[in-house]
Amino acid sequence: MSEPEEHRTPVSLSGLSENDPHLLPAAKNPKTVELVIAINFLLGTVLTAGFGACYWINAQPWKLGATLGGGLFFFGVGLVAWGKYLMPRGPFVEERHVLANSEADRDAFAAAIVERGGAVMKRRKMLGGILAGGLGIFGVVAMFPVLRSLGPLPKGTLFHTDWRKDSYVVDQSGRRVSAGDLAVGSIMTVFPEGTQDSERGQAVDQTVLIRVSNQKFTTQKGRESWAPLGYVAYSKLCTHLGCPVGLYEQQLQLLVCPCHQSMFNVNNGAVPQFGPAPRPLPQLPLYIDSQGFLRAQADYDQPVGPGFWERA
Amino acid sequence: MSEVTLTNKRAKRRAAGPYGKVGKALNELDDRLGVAKGGRTFMDKIFPDHWSFMLGEIALYSFVILLATGIFLTFYFIPSSAIVTYHGSYLPLVGQKVTQAFSSTVDISFAVRGGLLMRQMHHWACDIFVGALVVHMARVFFTGAFRKPRELNWTIGVTLLTLAIGNGFLGYSLPDDLVSGTGIRIAYSIMLSIPFVGTYLAFFIFGGNFPGASTIPRFYILHCLILPLVIMGLVGAHLFLLVRQKHTQFPGEGRTEKNVVGSPMFPVFMAKTTGFLFIVTGFTALLSAFAQINPIWQFGPYDASRISYAVQPDWYMGFLDGALRIWPSWTFHSFGHTIPFEVLLPAVVLPGLIFGLAYAWPMLERLYTKDNEIHHLLDRPSQRPKRTAVGVAALAFVTMLFIASSTDVIANFFHISLNTVLWLMRITTILVPLVAYPIAYKICKEMQGVHGAGKRKTPNIVSRTVEGEYLATPTPAYHDDLGHDLAATVVPTFIESEPDDTDEGGVRIVDR
Repeated sequence: MSEPEEHRTPVSLSGLSENDPHLLPAAKNPKTVELVIAINFLLGTVLTAGFGACYWINAQPWKLGATLGGGLFFFGVGLVAWGKYLMPRGPFVEERHVLANSEADRDAFAAAIVERGGAVMKRRKMLGGILAGGLGIFGVVAMFPVLRSLGPLPKGTLFHTDWRKDSYVVDQSGRRVSAGDLAVGSIMTVFPEGTQDSERGQAVDQTVLIRVSNQKFTTQKGRESWAPLGYVAYSKLCTHLGCPVGLYEQQLQLLVCPCHQSMFNVNNGAVPQFGPAPRPLPQLPLYIDSQGFLRAQADYDQPVGPGFWERA
Repeated sequence: MSEVTLTNKRAKRRAAGPYGKVGKALNELDDRLGVAKGGRTFMDKIFPDHWSFMLGEIALYSFVILLATGIFLTFYFIPSSAIVTYHGSYLPLVGQKVTQAFSSTVDISFAVRGGLLMRQMHHWACDIFVGALVVHMARVFFTGAFRKPRELNWTIGVTLLTLAIGNGFLGYSLPDDLVSGTGIRIAYSIMLSIPFVGTYLAFFIFGGNFPGASTIPRFYILHCLILPLVIMGLVGAHLFLLVRQKHTQFPGEGRTEKNVVGSPMFPVFMAKTTGFLFIVTGFTALLSAFAQINPIWQFGPYDASRISYAVQPDWYMGFLDGALRIWPSWTFHSFGHTIPFEVLLPAVVLPGLIFGLAYAWPMLERLYTKDNEIHHLLDRPSQRPKRTAVGVAALAFVTMLFIASSTDVIANFFHISLNTVLWLMRITTILVPLVAYPIAYKICKEMQGVHGAGKRKTPNIVSRTVEGEYLATPTPAYHDDLGHDLAATVVPTFIESEPDDTDEGGVRIVDR
């Protein structure tokens, strides 16, 4: 293999005599190569047959893959070796023709379009104009039903959740949460009662309820009554891209979004402390009713989740 | 067999003409379609033997695997988000409420014979497909194969890459598992971020507010029918143009702008390329047998209020995810409107710029170099330092974004704070391409000056004389490499205009 190749000038395939050296195989020992290829083909045959057997007896997937992959691989190696070592070694040459046509041909083509087109359009500008205008309008009109019927208009849906005044706070199984349920430093995912099993509830209404220690908690202005007994609730939708803010770092009191690592300060209005999130998580105003159940004072005071154009 | 029948057979064969039954069949075909001349030309089509021409073949054959395994999967996959109770053979999920899409994907993995293998091959082939497209594109870029007359094929190629990435994402979303569902949510939020039309776009595509009623069925028809048809059509156009314009080739002995040197379509290339199809398929099957990919039963069904740690998309979406992670939290609120720049810039504008630059590159280079010649001979990357440096810098930038998609994993692995990793990635993503450009440029310039660069080294034959003396005799240069410096190639005028520190001949002599 280390010896330089014998010099051959590239020749054209057509008109080559039968004993031209370009038609000889590239291999120095065709017999050996033939044997190697035969072994490859035999291995390929055995393995693909093995694949059939594995399939028949419903063997484990890795056995199916190993026999199928190995079989095809050996067939492939054999075929490539056949092409590379036992077929005409060349090198062959093919002439490249200029793609561009002669000046006269080009002119004729252009004339056909420009002149004939011009003749058709001459003194028929009005017809052409009406047709183009009409089809243009049709094109625009045709877009309406296609686009419009694809989905409802957004309207106010992005601005509201299913949290209402006096909604009961329930956990994922639908059980109402009461004042004694969480120890300080604990967290749970909650929903407005009735939506915990719905897709919309999971996608939009999901809320994290954390019980914080009152000494460390800083109440935001205007939210003094929103976190009774240290129960603070934030929307679980990250304000970056809407992933659930599913990680809770208890020591640092951070809510972390595992998608792009935005971190929100639980003790201080869920203000983003790190990462790409631009806004605090909206806070849900809570109260504890006379029976000790946690309930919402109202819906969130702003849209939850990621930003969009219509959001103020 | 009797003597008579043998004679009859021989007589029949003679009657069929000098090329036997095949010849007769071909004649019949030519009577009807007139294919003889074109067929001969096609059989004689010459394919260059250089290994780098194989990269496009990898892409083509992984696409073939995608079609074959994909058809298998459509027989069993149910594109519905209707909720069912799982009662299959994977015990940890039994009794859970899951969508039919998720349930049927788990069934393909465990209940359908060969199903898991087909699923894994489909997924691996997709990762290989996009990878091969990128490497093939890099080959075309660095060797200048996109130049006139092949700009249109470059454009088709860039379109194929975007469609492949898009269809990969759609397919990844179909099983409706926890990880892919989170990916869809991110895609939804990215659409929302577009000013003026974002909410309408998202509502129309998903059929309403997230998660949308029609997501899975729509993604299914896009993924299995519409995009594959478009991709197939464009692949056909790509190959048609390749045959029409013929291959490019590297300069070398006997190779000019007016010919192609290599192996003929039949039988040499056909044997090699069919073998290569088998090798690519075999490799994908072996990978799928031994390397698990996307085990959705471990992630569980999608529930919008749950999430898993260290979730990452397929590799080709990594650069987008990385950009979203390291982009600062800039946002715009005013006049009663919000523009989420923290999403819009990294996830819409940035990829738009990257692919826009790729589309525009042939035109930009033509404007810059004023080179409007037809080129069939390829450049060596070192011959075009500026283009090579731009390509290296662009690849470095995208690679840094890709690495940035694992900030959390990096922080965890090296036990450093996430904050440090974030700032490190922000700085290096800008710095590395800036440093890569001059380094690549300098290496190209140096290589131009090195005598014999780009040629194969010839071995020395070491022999021992009877006196015990060792002699190293150099073997002659490979013939292909001999004429390299002399090979007639169009030297565009612009190469002289580059400011550099070379001698009069344009070659820098480096003393070695």
